[in-house]
Amino acid sequence: MDVEMLARVQFAVTIMFHYIYPPLSIGLSVFIVAFEAIYLKTGQERYKLDAKFWTRIFALTFAIGVATGIVMEFEFGTNWASYSRYVGDVFGSALAAEGVFAFFLESGFLALLLFGWDRVGPKLHFFSSVMVMLGAHFSAVWIVVANSWMQTPAGYHVVGEGLSARAEITDFWAMVFNPSSMDRLAHTLLGCWLAGIFLVISISAFYLLKKRHIDFAKDSLKLALGLSLVILILQAVSGDRSGRVVAEHQPAKLAAFEGLFHTQTGAPLTLIGYVDPEEQTVHGLHIPKLLSFLSFHDFDAEVKGLDAFPQKDWPKTALLFQTYRLMIMMWGAMLLLTLWTIYLWRRGTLFQSRWTLRALMLSVAFPQIANQMGWFSAEVGRYPWIVYDLLRISEGLSKSVTANQILWSLIMFTIVYIFLFLVFLYILNEKIQHGPQSGSPEPAYHQIKKVINGEEK
Amino acid sequence: MLEWMQELPLQFIWFSIFVILLCGYAILDGFDLGVGMTHLLTKGDENRRLMLNSIGPVWDGNEVWLVTAGGALLAGFPDVYATLCSAFYAPIMILLAGLIFRAVAIEFRSKQPMAWWRWTWDLLFFLASLTISVGLGVTLGNLIQGIPLDPYKEFTGTLEMLLNPYAFLVGFLTASLFALHGAIYALMKTEGTCHEMIRKRINPLMITFILLYAITTMATLIYQPHMLKAIQERPIFFLLGIGNILAIANIPREITKGRDDLAFISSIANILFLMALYAVGTYPNVIRATNAPDTLSLTIYNSSSSPLTLSILLLIAVIGVPLVISYTFCIYWIFRGKVKLDSHSY
Repeated sequence: MDVEMLARVQFAVTIMFHYIYPPLSIGLSVFIVAFEAIYLKTGQERYKLDAKFWTRIFALTFAIGVATGIVMEFEFGTNWASYSRYVGDVFGSALAAEGVFAFFLESGFLALLLFGWDRVGPKLHFFSSVMVMLGAHFSAVWIVVANSWMQTPAGYHVVGEGLSARAEITDFWAMVFNPSSMDRLAHTLLGCWLAGIFLVISISAFYLLKKRHIDFAKDSLKLALGLSLVILILQAVSGDRSGRVVAEHQPAKLAAFEGLFHTQTGAPLTLIGYVDPEEQTVHGLHIPKLLSFLSFHDFDAEVKGLDAFPQKDWPKTALLFQTYRLMIMMWGAMLLLTLWTIYLWRRGTLFQSRWTLRALMLSVAFPQIANQMGWFSAEVGRYPWIVYDLLRISEGLSKSVTANQILWSLIMFTIVYIFLFLVFLYILNEKIQHGPQSGSPEPAYHQIKKVINGEEK
Repeated sequence: MLEWMQELPLQFIWFSIFVILLCGYAILDGFDLGVGMTHLLTKGDENRRLMLNSIGPVWDGNEVWLVTAGGALLAGFPDVYATLCSAFYAPIMILLAGLIFRAVAIEFRSKQPMAWWRWTWDLLFFLASLTISVGLGVTLGNLIQGIPLDPYKEFTGTLEMLLNPYAFLVGFLTASLFALHGAIYALMKTEGTCHEMIRKRINPLMITFILLYAITTMATLIYQPHMLKAIQERPIFFLLGIGNILAIANIPREITKGRDDLAFISSIANILFLMALYAVGTYPNVIRATNAPDTLSLTIYNSSSSPLTLSILLLIAVIGVPLVISYTFCIYWIFRGKVKLDSHSY
């Protein structure tokens, strides 16, 4: 593989792995705040235990999120040095704001959240959890703003020519509120909340299946199901808006998502099917005129096809067609499962329905797949641009870095990340098995150890 | 506001902010790394846990200083960031792997009671901390010497060039500096047998640091004479060197008198003086071009972002950094005193 492909694969591997964790942290931070608020209001000890439990899970996702996030930051410079030179003036202020306003807030107050239960009063502790939640959300704000600027650049001008050309900022707020940033931010945050919600649903369902910590599981499941329904409806609205932003500002990406080779009015939507790039057609189940309606809210609107763009610049439509649909299908799966569970709960048969509980346990994967596929579509759909219509991916690479360097670091990260993922599952399982009861999280060993040591002396 | 700010010496100010962030990282994560390198000096599971938990609530946040310093460099000096990261490809990758392994080792060691299990993670914690410290030092050592650059600000050298004796000397100096810093921090945070164990073993750490400091100073005087120019031109900077020696000399004095917190403050001063000497020696270069130092070097003036971006960044920093420093201070205040193991400990 050449430098460009290796650098792209490395970025994909490291970002996709990284993106398992921040959405969980962002989603869980909302639960922690909610349970602590209920605890403050009611004074019932069980809600404090709920909050403590989710804090321990949060700490784990946060630690791995930071460790893998640092990799992302430095990768901009190691593998994409020319890109960094070109966009640093614009992109950098968002990244610096993220560090100063978000990361410090989150990690600083996390210390109080985790280790401060006995050191600060309940109100200050609640304040810390709100700060952690804000920090987690701010970090999403700035990085999505930066990424949206790469999709729909605004508030900049290009200075210099040839190798020394670069984008310089002209209007900070135009950069921040570029045409896609707010819609994409909403879409991303809703996706993050869903990731947190379904982790809570999954762990609660596990306890209900095992008949352990029943009260805790019911508290958590009830809150999570209610939130899930609301967020899924909002996500449909947000998805519609994001789709229209793509239609307006990145028509080639939309055409690739839909496998639309030829520009046409009243374009149909394919629900399921596959793209045949040789024949330049899509086989599957079509609904006439629906794509035009969804993209422009007009059944007869003209939708640009790939033929409006040079063929060498076409994104990989056969792949994107599927990843985009997989994201939407995952949304459908979450909605059906949520509605079904609420229906069973109201009928009073949920806790006997082992199959439903098993499905709920596995549902933690749904938002994860949706998030990964959504970002995959957004990023691969930007091909061949690293900054849309401005800088090509091939122009963004590091000039002094060789394919070998990227290859060995890619192999290293793959091995390290597989190991890290196993570690994550191991510790997560450990924390889930221990459950939310009071007392120390790892009581047995340490106490036994102390006893043994005492006897030896 | 932004128009007015553009009249300021923005490049200098923003570079100073970057250096402050870097100092924050060296001081704060420096003791985390130091505890990682020296916790093997204590014996017994209880003491190892005390060492680990002395940094328990803060190590994650301390790492953020590096993240923010990186972001600040990309934002304020994109060319420096791009050249630095692509030139130091291998050291940075190893550094990143080290950071990941350190996090894993901290999270993992107390999850199982077996002695071999805990020893494995303790050893990994040590190796990761050592690798990160040496890696940072090797990078710094190369920045002092400079690297070959082409007119497009791209690195033209090889990996072998980066792995030279001077760079490793600075690498080992950095590791011994952090080890000493971390040991003093642990002295301050512990009591009883753990405290005594570190106290007994702190002299070798101090002697190692002083020897490496002397050798590095000699090597710099002989082989990196460009580092002296600023001090020759403005003798006032000579005071930095004197201050540095006094700070180092004060460390054993305070430890002998049992004033661990004052020893720790001296150690912070030691780090700040070293960073200041580095900054004064290299200014205005950030990446010195060995092949043509006067024309091709990346300075804070020829590789910065536009005045508008720098003034936006300054505004972000003016609002954000005091906030960060004040609540970081509060959090350290809440966790002041000797570390005790409780149900929230690692």
